[in-house]
Amino acid sequence: MSTLTEAPPPLAPAEPEQKPVRKRGRFTPYWLLLPGILWLVVFFALPMIYQASTSVQQGSLEDGYKITWHFATYWDALAEYWPQFLRSVFYAAAATLLCLVLGYPLAYLIAFRAGRWKNLIMILVIAPFFTSFLIRTLAWKTILSDSGPVVHTLNSLHVLDLTNWLGWTAGDRVLATPLAVVCGLTYNFLPFMILPLYTSLERIDGRLHEAAGDLYAKPWTTFRKVTFPLSMPGVVSGTLLTFIPAAGDYVNAELLGSTDTRMIGNVIQTQFLRILDYPTAAALSFILMAAILAMVTLYIRRSGTEDLV
Amino acid sequence: MKTTPDNSGDVRLSGISKTYDNGFTAVQPLDLTVPEGSFFALLGASGCGKTTTLRMIAGLEEPSSGTVRLGDQDVTHLPPYKRPVNTVFQSYALFPHLDIYENVAFGLRRRGVKSVKKQVEEMLELVQLGEQARKKPHQLSGGQQQRVAVARALINHPKVLLLDEPLGALDLKLRRQMQLELKRIQTEVGITFVHVTHDQEEAMTMADTVAVMNGGRVEQLGAPTDLYENPRTTFVANFLGTSNLIEAEVDTKNGADIVLKAGGGKLVLPEARCSAPTTAGGKVLVGIRPEKIALTHADDAGSIPEGRNRVTGKIADASFIGVSTQYVIDTPVCDEFAVYAQNVERDGRLVPGADVVLHWSPAHTFGLDAAQDIDAGTEEEAA
Repeated sequence: MSTLTEAPPPLAPAEPEQKPVRKRGRFTPYWLLLPGILWLVVFFALPMIYQASTSVQQGSLEDGYKITWHFATYWDALAEYWPQFLRSVFYAAAATLLCLVLGYPLAYLIAFRAGRWKNLIMILVIAPFFTSFLIRTLAWKTILSDSGPVVHTLNSLHVLDLTNWLGWTAGDRVLATPLAVVCGLTYNFLPFMILPLYTSLERIDGRLHEAAGDLYAKPWTTFRKVTFPLSMPGVVSGTLLTFIPAAGDYVNAELLGSTDTRMIGNVIQTQFLRILDYPTAAALSFILMAAILAMVTLYIRRSGTEDLV
Repeated sequence: MKTTPDNSGDVRLSGISKTYDNGFTAVQPLDLTVPEGSFFALLGASGCGKTTTLRMIAGLEEPSSGTVRLGDQDVTHLPPYKRPVNTVFQSYALFPHLDIYENVAFGLRRRGVKSVKKQVEEMLELVQLGEQARKKPHQLSGGQQQRVAVARALINHPKVLLLDEPLGALDLKLRRQMQLELKRIQTEVGITFVHVTHDQEEAMTMADTVAVMNGGRVEQLGAPTDLYENPRTTFVANFLGTSNLIEAEVDTKNGADIVLKAGGGKLVLPEARCSAPTTAGGKVLVGIRPEKIALTHADDAGSIPEGRNRVTGKIADASFIGVSTQYVIDTPVCDEFAVYAQNVERDGRLVPGADVVLHWSPAHTFGLDAAQDIDAGTEEEAA
């Protein structure tokens, strides 16, 4: 029985009209998802499965490879190449930190102070993408060359003495040292840091700065207590977008480094393309992926930005 | 909790003005004194300079000229974080990453107060939010957020609390409730409140003194009843409630009253209630509020007592709104004469088309300078 508080039922003729609409609409979301799903299957899931199977195969190029579930490849690879793994993480972390230190002030400037220059500076940040990654990295070879102005300046300022002592450079050279590789990584991934930082800084309501000032916070305190905490989503996504590709990068170490600065990316590249040891290369790739996933998960948990985003 | 009146909560603005880089003058040179402990409202339409004035007191805007003093201290060039004032911002500006407790404690912590717990808890009790202390701002309703914003400012015991359209984002019912709430808090803490609003009803309900601003100037300043009963400019007459303004010419003086000619009839106006020069033959705008007017059907015109101002007309429109009926009457002196009649004893003959006589006591009449724009401050002008 209907009570007085119940709304009257809708008019009868409305119902047969609604039903076909709902039925037709039921599968539409799945049809719209299909291209994306296909893309993921063909370009992500299938290669992953293929690589996973390669990593547990044994054999040689001449006799062909067979799946033998030989998991020892993983242990062997890790035992032999752990220094390159550690170096990759260290270089990528150093480059990420440098990107943050360099990128934050610039992102802050674009978001709050640039005024009508905003778009121009944004274009300048993105401009390097118009040339190839490889060419830009090669250009750094010239910039850091032994007889170039950078090395000359650093030398006359005795900065190289300091970096030599720290083990970042060797002798009168910058090229072919850890410093060169980290500089290359920093330069190449800087826009990936600046763009998310800018996006999250720009979203901060300017009145929050005024409110903090009104509540006795000096400008620096306002930054520490309000601006920086509110930009954490940008810091987290910027560091991820920098760290993840930097950890797997091999171009910078190849072009700007030496045999002493080989990163895990270089090892994987060599294994795949020169030594042609596909199982080891595939196993290394999976270890790298697992390591990065573990670190990223831990990082996101620790930074606690869930309720900010 | 009332502070002793040592005038340290006075706000004195002298010759203060603000001209922006693009040449727009938001505030014309302005003198204003807000006495300690008062609830002061700056009322005006958007763009009248009321918020800019408030921001200059807060230190968020640098005045182009003039000085801002709080009590005896000149704060004109102090940054906001060094001024003993706090602001309740429009749409609150609560820190989204901090919970309610930390939002309220923010000012105390910045000033290095060690144990904030007792004060924060007391303040949250005052605004009835003790239960919500550990929630984030976005988990609260608009009215609750508004109370957090007030608590966050008040906990610092500022000399002056500045409120920038604090109730603008709330729905009508909640706004009425918060008006009373804010008034209660102000009486309880005795701090000077400077309240910026575009809502004339809000200003009149809450404030002891209202300054009506228009075009960067203060048009008139006074108690709400004073502003309403004795407006001195057409803007104030039209912006605060509704006024009927009649163009009239000074005829003779009769003791303390002026007799004016308007549309063939005569109107009487006490000279004390006229802010315009009253030389014979001079033009004056005669004003009367719609609710002061009585409406009588033309057939009963004989029953109207002597000595009242009278205007004849024809009812053009009548709308029943519950407590009263609002009539629009076509008269020779003004073609849209508004009359609000209380629904006590309704005369069934007062329907559109009926001939009527409008009459009111001369004591309710006010006179304004006819050189002004008669429509200043009306909705038609704003649109």
